[in-house]
Amino acid sequence: MSAITRDEVAHLARLSRLALTDDELDHYATQLDAIIESVAKVAEVAAEDVPPSSHALPLTNVFRADEVRQSLTPEQALSGAPAVEDDRFRVPRILGEEA
Amino acid sequence: MSLIQKTAAELGAMVAAGEVSAVEVAEAHLDRIAEVEPKVNAFLHVDREVTLGQARAVDERLRSGERLGPLAGVPIAHKDIFTTHDMPTTAASRILEGWRPPYDATVTRRLREAGLVILGKTNLDEFAMGSSTENSAYGPTRNPWDLNKIPGGSSGGSSAAVAAYQAPLSTGTDTGGSIRQPAAVTGIVGMKPTYGGSSRYGLIAFASSLDTPGPFARNVLDAALLHEAFSGHDPLDSTSVDAPVPSVVEAARQGDVAGLRIGVVKEFGGDGYQPGVLARFNEAVALLESLGAKVVEVSCPSFVTALPAYYLIAPSECSSNLARFDAMRYGLRVGDDGTRSAEEVMALTRAAGFGPEVKRRIMLGTYALSSGYYDAYYGQAQKVRTVIAREFEAAYHQVDVLVSPTTPTTAFPIGERADDPMAMYLADLCTIPSNLAGNAAISVPCGLADEDGLPVGLQIMAPVLGDDRCYRVAAAVEKALESRWGGPLLKEAPAL
Repeated sequence: MSAITRDEVAHLARLSRLALTDDELDHYATQLDAIIESVAKVAEVAAEDVPPSSHALPLTNVFRADEVRQSLTPEQALSGAPAVEDDRFRVPRILGEEA
Repeated sequence: MSLIQKTAAELGAMVAAGEVSAVEVAEAHLDRIAEVEPKVNAFLHVDREVTLGQARAVDERLRSGERLGPLAGVPIAHKDIFTTHDMPTTAASRILEGWRPPYDATVTRRLREAGLVILGKTNLDEFAMGSSTENSAYGPTRNPWDLNKIPGGSSGGSSAAVAAYQAPLSTGTDTGGSIRQPAAVTGIVGMKPTYGGSSRYGLIAFASSLDTPGPFARNVLDAALLHEAFSGHDPLDSTSVDAPVPSVVEAARQGDVAGLRIGVVKEFGGDGYQPGVLARFNEAVALLESLGAKVVEVSCPSFVTALPAYYLIAPSECSSNLARFDAMRYGLRVGDDGTRSAEEVMALTRAAGFGPEVKRRIMLGTYALSSGYYDAYYGQAQKVRTVIAREFEAAYHQVDVLVSPTTPTTAFPIGERADDPMAMYLADLCTIPSNLAGNAAISVPCGLADEDGLPVGLQIMAPVLGDDRCYRVAAAVEKALESRWGGPLLKEAPAL
C-alpha cells in the first residue's frame, strides 16, 4: 500500500502554491511515497514520555529595546520588487471575481 | 611558491608586513579563477572591478594606520546564500535570479570590517537543499580531484573553490552536513560551529533551527582564524548565543590530544560504508591513540534515526521559510497578465522558479505539518531530536569528543544519485546528529581511499560551545598526518 496517493500530492501542491503539471504530479507522487515510507522510521524510537525539541538551545523570548532604528529606505526596500507603483509594491488582484 | 598556494595566515601576515598588497593578492586569485573556472564552475558571480575596489580600500585602510585583524587583505569566496550589498545573491535559484540585496549578512559585514576581500559568490544546491551541488539552477560544480565527481553539497562551490586554489578561504552553511561533507570529499577542512555561535542574519533561511554558517579552509588554523573573525553574539539574530566565542585559534595552534578522551561512535560504520573510508578512519583513530588520546567505543543507538528525523524537521521548516517567495516583493514573477489573481501568479511563479528538490521538500514539509499527520511525523521527529540530544549528553559524560567518518563514501559521480533522493540523503548520515543537537563538529582530511584515490574526512564532534575541542583534535591529526605525508593532502590532487 502506498503511503501517499497522487490526489494527496495534488492537494499538497495546491497548499504549497505550486502549479505542477500532470507529469510532475506523477513523478513526485512516486518519490514522495518512497521518502515518506522511509522517514516513517522515526516511529520506531520509543519516545512517548520524551518532550519534543523544536530547537537545540534553551532560548526563550529574546527581545530588543523598542527603539526607532535606522532601516531600509523605500527605494532600497522596493529595489528588488517585480512591480512598483507610487512607492508601493504593485501586486495582482487578491480578491476573486465574485468579491 | 605562488600567492595562491599560501595559507590565509601567511597571506594576512604578508599584507600586514607590507610585503604584498591586498590588490596583488586579489589579482592572483582572480587570475586563478579565470584560469580554472571553465573546468570547476565553483562560482555563480565574479566581478573583478568590485573585488579590486574592495582590495584597494583595504590597502588604503592599512596605509592610514587602521588596525585590522589577522586576515586583512586575505580574499574569500562566499556561498551565494549570504546577502552581499554589492554582488547578486541567488541561493542558486531561478526565483532569485539577479537579485541584489539591499543589505549585508552579519557574516559578510563582519568579514568586510576585518578587511577580507570578496572574490565572488559560490555555487550551491538550490537554497542549500542537497548533498552534491547538482541541484543548482545554474549547473553543477565539479570536484577538483576528479571533474566527473561531485564536490559535495550544499556548499560545493565553496569547497571546490578552496580545493582548486581559487580562494584560500570560503564560507558555507551547514544544516545537515553541508559544510563537513563537501570539505570531506574535496580534501579540505570544514567546520560547523555550535548552533547560534555564528549569526544567521542575512543568511537566506532553509531550516532555521539547524542552519549554521561556518568556515572552509585548506588547513585547520586558517579555518579557526576565519571562524573567530565572523563569530560572536549578534543582536540581529534572536537565536544567536550570547557567550564568548570558544578559543578556537588557540586550540588550532595547540593541537595536543594527550589525555583527551575520544569516543568512536559504534553505529557509524559497517554495511553501506566504503572500505577505503573505514580504513582511513581506523588509521586516524589509531593515530590519535598513538598521540596519547584515550580511545573508547561509544554507543548512540538513536543516531541511525537522525536521518529520517532530519528529513521531517528540515522540510517542515523549509515549507514555512520558503513561503516568503510569493512573487510580490522581490524575485521572479510569472504570469501576471492582468487577469490572474495573486494566488495564481504565486503558484505559477513558484512552479517556474523552484527546482525539483525544493518542490519535493516543500511538499514533504507541508505533508508532515498537516493535521492528522503532525503527531506521527513532525511531532515524533521532534521527540527523536530530544532523544538524540540526550544520547550526545550521555556520551559526553564519558568522553571529550566523538569521532566518525564524515561521510560513508568518497565523492560519487555527477548524475549517479541525481534522481534518487533517498540515495542522495545517505551522504549526510554521519553529519546530521550534530545539527539536530546543535553541537559543534569539524571535518579534517585523513587520507585517500584505496579504491578511487579520493579524499576521506574524519569528523570530530564536540558539545555545545566546545568548538575549540574540534580544532584541537583536528590540528593534532593534521600535524601528524602531514608529517607522515610530507605535506598537505591537497598536493596529491591532479593539476587542473
